[in-house]
Amino acid sequence: MAHSANADFKTRLQNWIPKLVLSPSVAMMLVFVYGFILFSVYLSFTDSRLLPSFGWVGLENYSKLWRLSHWEVSIKNMGIFAALYIVICTTIGLGLAIFLDQKIRGEGLLRPIYLYPMALSFIVTGTAWKWFLDPGIGLENVMHSWGWESFEFRWIKDRNYAIYTVVLAAVWQTSGFVMAMFLAGLRGIDNEILKAAQMDGASNWNLYRRIIIPQLRPAFLSAFVILSHLAIKTFDLVIALTGGGPGRATELPATFMYSYTFSRNQMGIGAASATIMLMTIAAIMIPYLYSELREKR
Amino acid sequence: MSVASQDTAIRTGRITRTLIYVVLILFALFYMLPLYVMLVNSVKPLSEITGGGMMNLPEEFTLEPWFKAWSSAQIGVEPTGLAPYFWNSIKMVVPAVAVSTVLGALNGYVLTKWRFKYDTILFGLMLFACFIPFQIVLIPMARMLGLMGLAGTTWGLALVHVVYGIGFTTLYFRNYYAVFPTELIRAAQIDGAGFFQIFWRILLPSSGPIAVVSIIWQFTNIWNDFLFGASFAGADSQPMTVALNNLVQASHGVKEYNVHFAGAILAATPTLLVYIVAGRYFVRGLMAGSVKG
Repeated sequence: MAHSANADFKTRLQNWIPKLVLSPSVAMMLVFVYGFILFSVYLSFTDSRLLPSFGWVGLENYSKLWRLSHWEVSIKNMGIFAALYIVICTTIGLGLAIFLDQKIRGEGLLRPIYLYPMALSFIVTGTAWKWFLDPGIGLENVMHSWGWESFEFRWIKDRNYAIYTVVLAAVWQTSGFVMAMFLAGLRGIDNEILKAAQMDGASNWNLYRRIIIPQLRPAFLSAFVILSHLAIKTFDLVIALTGGGPGRATELPATFMYSYTFSRNQMGIGAASATIMLMTIAAIMIPYLYSELREKR
Repeated sequence: MSVASQDTAIRTGRITRTLIYVVLILFALFYMLPLYVMLVNSVKPLSEITGGGMMNLPEEFTLEPWFKAWSSAQIGVEPTGLAPYFWNSIKMVVPAVAVSTVLGALNGYVLTKWRFKYDTILFGLMLFACFIPFQIVLIPMARMLGLMGLAGTTWGLALVHVVYGIGFTTLYFRNYYAVFPTELIRAAQIDGAGFFQIFWRILLPSSGPIAVVSIIWQFTNIWNDFLFGASFAGADSQPMTVALNNLVQASHGVKEYNVHFAGAILAATPTLLVYIVAGRYFVRGLMAGSVKG
């Protein structure tokens, strides 16, 4: 009698152990991720300034936010930055992957060179490019000392061009990663189809345009999702490279949120901007993750 | 990713091949450029840089900038160099990587071998948490760390990194264990092995590669983090990235570019070393986080 009760308890315990093991992670996730998201979204509807406060103001923070020229600049910059960053990274990544896929000697040496920037901190990247692009000591100064006196390259100091230096540094950091994604896709393509098409007299150009690149659709999708989410989260790079300047010329939503929340004591507006960032990423990530998880069933 | 070179059907002519090599090498130079700039300028006196010699090899070789960056450069208000911040980062990274990897392994085990209703939804929620813009949690996290008495401490930062790292570690182990034969687990169960016994004796011994992937990914990510460090660290718990930024952005005095470059390399060295030693696993981690696992 006692024996069977004991065994019963043991089986029940065995049934519960997996859930018990998972529970700390689930609890942390529910509190620190989803609880916090709700809290921040709630704050975006309150009059919080230096500290969280719970006076309900409805959509006031949002309407204020969209009237701020500072936010307008951040959004415009985001548009320029994200578009160029995604397009250039994808182009370079695909190009390098196709070239590397031509039985290149030294591929084993080139691949790690293309990819190592991904292992670096954006602060390191920002520092290196900041001084390399600095007209006083960097490229411009070097060209002058090499005798090209009229050479001018001061984008990083120019309000109209500074955002492109952020694109340059960001492309430098991630295009190798995109290359790796496309290369993995290329290596997964069945050679038999290609050989058959070649027999039919298809040129290399047509082979890529008609057969290979269309088959890389999943890689394009992954690259787009990863790059757009990285673009929206870009923060450290701007801080290290330009500090958001000159003036506000390179402010992005992430830097806007940080300065409104922590230096300008406009927590309600900061929370509203964070909410908009989250919504944008959710609109891209949720369908993607949903389809990725569903496919496996 | 599988990068075993294989027979390509594409045939290219001689001129095309030369062009391809030229482009590939030009890009290699582009990717090497910042590393070259940092390295050569970290071992020359300041005057050589300001005199227009940024691209030249050093005329006078000196390790002074390295010593200065490490032990005596002005960071914030104290002339401590980056050394104490380097150790801050180590103290934050080691526990955070260990805890998040162990939790990820256990989660992956449960989610693949002890499936229950709605486990995919739970996993989806964990996965989405990896991609949120962390701006959305900064304000409540600051409050929470204060309430827990961890504000401005290395432990607090480690906790933050565990919380937001679990999603990825769980993803790695889940995808890895998903293809592990479940029959072996069932057989062990029939033999009377319990939950932990099965994990310890059967799954763990073959988890080496994915553990390496997870450790390297977490190490690189946490070491390179700036946002959490800048938001939650106190003056004496700042990680390396925050200290480096303070060093470079300091507005007072002469800008010592050579010291900045040496500092940047110091901040990059741990992750670069890991990349050089185990790049394969790093790339695997990158790919698993983006393409289907």
